[in-house]
Parts: sequence; structure tokens; C-alpha cells
Amino acid sequence: MARKGRSFLTMLGIIIGVAGVIIIISLGAGAQSLVLGQVTKLGTNLLSVQPGNSNPQGPPAQVFGIVTTTLVNSDADALRSPTQVPHAVAVNANVRGTATVDWQNKSVDTNFVGTDSGYPNVIDFTMQEGQFMAASDADGGANVVTLGTTVANELFGGTGVDPIGQVIKVRSASQSQPGGVPLRVVGVIAPRGTVFFQDMDDQIFLPLAIGQEQLLGIHYLQSINIKVDSADNVNQTINDVTRVLTETHHIAPGAPIDFTVRSTDTAVSLLTTITSALGLFLTSMAAIALLVGGIGILNIMLVTVAERTREIGLRKAVGATNGNIMKQFLLEAGTLTSIGGLIGIALGVIVSFLMAILMQSLGYDWAFVVSPISVISAIGVSILTGVIFGLYPSFKAAKLDPIEALRYE
Amino acid sequence: MSLINVENLKKDYENDGVLTPVLHGVDFRMELGEFVAIMGPSGSGKSTLMHILSFLDRPTSGLYEFEGEDTKNFDKKYLAKLRNEKIGFVFQSFNLLPRTTVLDNVKLPLIYSQKKNQDDLARKALADVGLSHRLDFYTNQISGGEKQRVAIARALVCDPAVIFADEPTGNLDSKSGNAVLEILQTLNDVGHTIILVTHEMDTANHAKRIIHIKDGMIIGDEKVAKRTIASADGELRK
Repeated sequence: MARKGRSFLTMLGIIIGVAGVIIIISLGAGAQSLVLGQVTKLGTNLLSVQPGNSNPQGPPAQVFGIVTTTLVNSDADALRSPTQVPHAVAVNANVRGTATVDWQNKSVDTNFVGTDSGYPNVIDFTMQEGQFMAASDADGGANVVTLGTTVANELFGGTGVDPIGQVIKVRSASQSQPGGVPLRVVGVIAPRGTVFFQDMDDQIFLPLAIGQEQLLGIHYLQSINIKVDSADNVNQTINDVTRVLTETHHIAPGAPIDFTVRSTDTAVSLLTTITSALGLFLTSMAAIALLVGGIGILNIMLVTVAERTREIGLRKAVGATNGNIMKQFLLEAGTLTSIGGLIGIALGVIVSFLMAILMQSLGYDWAFVVSPISVISAIGVSILTGVIFGLYPSFKAAKLDPIEALRYE
Repeated sequence: MSLINVENLKKDYENDGVLTPVLHGVDFRMELGEFVAIMGPSGSGKSTLMHILSFLDRPTSGLYEFEGEDTKNFDKKYLAKLRNEKIGFVFQSFNLLPRTTVLDNVKLPLIYSQKKNQDDLARKALADVGLSHRLDFYTNQISGGEKQRVAIARALVCDPAVIFADEPTGNLDSKSGNAVLEILQTLNDVGHTIILVTHEMDTANHAKRIIHIKDGMIIGDEKVAKRTIASADGELRK
């Protein structure tokens, strides 16, 4: 152990391998927490119906610029029937668009969501002040609006004016001249952060009718969200929704449907699959690093045995059995790799921690997780590497003839 | 019962199918408390004989009885135990562990024994060779003579039945060599059995009995008439 420099270089492979394992497992857990955090922000057991047929595992048709007008308000009404879709807790129809919001001399570009009174029952959020649109206002198309925090801050921040009760003017982003629909602010939603890469706070919420007729000038829906009562009933509800919409759209049995039902669970499992595939790939890289580290151990232990041939001879002369010698060198290899493993763990934890801080500073809900299992298995793997790759050199040492060994120059 | 009884002991080495006889049938007895020099030129087979007697090697044929027991059927593990408990080695080139203290070097055989108070035993052995002041020195910090005395302490520490000294003065100047021989003589005086392997008559004369060996056979076995007594200051005293 006196040759510290050489021992450290030998351990480097193990250090990198173990640090790699720790970092990968930590990043995997962090990514998992990010994905799960996104979903729990929206709420679980959520279904979304979109117009147009597309693969439920792939992106919706709108992503490709296809405008489909097949989903309409009466579809949402049909889905609200408790006999048709018994496990739906709430159904919520939406349109989206971009809008310019004016208040006094300020003007802000933002996104709007035209929605009905079902929204608070489907999506999880809390109010910062005021209230979400009352059911009668939302469904009746009253001139009310609920603001996201970003919009509220941009309009009213620093003015000392309480947004509640103020009247803002909202016009479609494509409409260049001033004017617009006057809407009274009834509430501000508490900050929600980013969900699936969309800033949930840079939004305003207004009645569906206003969104459809006055801002977009359309009569169709862009999505219907459905909250299912429990995870066990998600698949049943997907079937119910599909059946109801097939009927209302008069689609013949066997003909292609013109809508898509997605569940957030599918999105989660998709993302989980991606992260675990990535983790598997990175783990195999770490395994290769450990293998290379193990070969380094093998090499250095062979050198050590050769260098210490006389010592081995002496030890045998003073009474060491083959087993004693074997144990000594195995222990040495194991010590070397477990020290390497400990350094690797420390390095891995530090790097994971720095990465978590980086991700958090970028605004992601990134948890710093180092599971005890990963630490224990890292120690186990590094000791095992030492024992496996130290086995042959130790065996060689144990089998040395003491007379030859004592004569060795 | 003799400590060592050897009858018609033979040893052949096989190298690439060529059989080279090294010992051609050796007979002798040795008792507890003796100080025997095995003397002969290089290639005479004295080292081979020493290796067999000290359980580092096995004879090809013949009888070797140690403490009245035939050693023929001893297994490797038991031979290691015998080397640990019954045999002490002093080598020409010291064979101390580098980067290790004097005390830890002496403790080395104790690691492989069940003995208690290992620290005390090692300190006592070092006191016996006059190195109590060097306990925590590293082996590269002491002189050649001191190194060999550490080696003697290591040979002594398990209180063996017999100490084998293989050319113990070969790498030393005459003064240090005499100091080593004096210690061996003192150890013999207090009851230790010593086998000294050497090719030098001057060294062999420090023993009480000399077995001459040549070409794998004993050609002489005699008591030393005019024994050389080594003195502490390295001067010879006849």
C-alpha cells in the first residue's frame, strides 16, 4: 500500500465505474421524480380526448398543423352522462389560443384557455386570491377571467392595485387594432411552474363561449379532459369514451375513429420507459468501466505478486499456509477496490448533488436522491470486482514454491 | 529419541525429463541442544539438505524422523504449522519486509500462530539480540548487522526446536558477522538447537560439530576440537 500513486491509478477504473453507477441511479431517480411531479401537478387518473385520429402513444395530430373540427360541445355533453361514462368524475371542454391582454396602458401577450366550470374538478391547482370562475359565469359565458401569476404580475405588479375586480381587455393575437373583449378579473391562480415544458402561470382562463366565439371564431373544441374516479377504472373509461364518441360521430363499426383518447398514465409510462432505457444504457457503460477497472486490478496484482515473490517465500517459510497467502492478496485486492469504491461513491454523490442543484436552478422539480441500495450495491460490486480479479494473482501467489520464491531476484 | 534422524535420505531433481540426483543417501542424527555446522562447497547439496530438514522440501526417498515421528505423510498444512512452531530461519540476505518496522518484522511468524501476547514476545526476542532500542525503526534505517539480528529475533520469536542459519554472515562485514555468530552461540548456550549452513571453515568452526557434505554425500562428521568463540566487540577469542 506504500505505492500510493500507483494504487490510486489502479483504483481509477473502479472509482469511475462506481461514481458512474451512483450518478446514473441518482439521475434516474431525479428524472422519475420530475416526471411524476409533472403528472401529480395536473392530477392523476386524467384522460384527454383530442380531435383527429392519431397513435395514442405518439404526438397529437395538431402538432403537425392539422386542424380538425370534429370534436364539438355536444360531445362533451354526451360524455357528462353518468349512465354512459359512469366513472367520469368531471368532464371539461377546452379551447386554447394566444391573446393580447390590455390593462390601462399595459399590454401583455399570453395564452388563453377557454374552459367550462369542470376545469377545477379535473385539473389540480390552488388559488392565490379570489376564485376560479363561478360555474354559472363559466358556463354562461359571462365576462370574467382568471389570471395565472405571471400574467397578473406583468399587468398589476408594482402598481399596488388589487387585480380582483379590475377589467382587462382581451383580444385575439391575430387582431392588431386595439379593443377586445372586456373581462373582469375574479381570481389569480397560485404559481404552478412548468408542466410538460409549458409554463402554467403564463395563462389566463376565460369562459369557453368567449374563447370559441369572440376570440377564435370557431364552434369546435380542441380538447376534452376527463377525470376518472380511480386508476383501476381508467381503461374502462377509455372504452366508454370511445364508444360514446363513436356513436355521436356516427362512425360505422370498424371504420377509423376521428378522435384520440390519451391518459396521463400512458404519458408517464412512456417517459418511464425512456428514462429506464437510458438508465440501462448508462449502466452498461458503467459496467464496462468497472470491467476495465477490474482488469487494471488484475494487472497490478500480478505485478505486486511478482514484486513480492521473496516476501511470499519468507511468509511461507515462517509458517504461512497457501490459504494464508491467498487470503492476504485477496484482502489486498478487495481493500484496493473498496477504497476505490468509497471514493467513487463520494464522487458520485457530489456530482449527483451538483446536477440536482443545476436542474433546480433551471426551474425543474428535480429531487436529489441517492438510494442506500445504490450505495450498498456499489460497495458490494467494487469488493466483488477486487475479489474476482484478485483471484488469479492470489492463487498464483499461494502456489509459489517457497524455495524458488526465496531465491527470486 | 533424537530431534532429527535421517537415514539413506535421497533427493533427485527433474528438469526437462533429465533426472539430477542431488543427495545420494544421507545418514545422521541430531540431538536437542546441539550446534551443528553443515559445511560444503556450493553445489554439494547442503542447501537441499537444509530445505528438507526445515520442511520447505520433501526427500525423494529415505527416512526423515523429526522428534521421533516419520515426516513422510505430513500434509502441506501440517508442514506449514511445523515451520511456524518448530523451525526458525535466518537467511543470508536477511529477507526482512521493506517499509515495515523492526517490531512488525519480528511479529511476522506470530501472525500465523495462535500465540497470545504477540507484542511482548516480539519485544523479548528483540531484547535477546540487543535491539530493544530499534523497535520502531524501519528496516531500511538500520545496518546490515542489525538487520541480521532482527532476522535472528524473528527466528527466535516462536521459540522453535531448531534454528536454521543459512550463510548468516555471508552478506556482512567480519565485525557484524562475528556479532551474529556470537548471538547464535549465546542462544545455543541457553539451550537453542542451531544448524548453521556455510561453505566457510572459519564460520563452521563456531559450531560444536561439523558435518562435511560433498557431491550429495556426507564425507565427514566430527566434533569441533578448537571451537572459535565470537566476542561481543567482534574480536576473535580462541
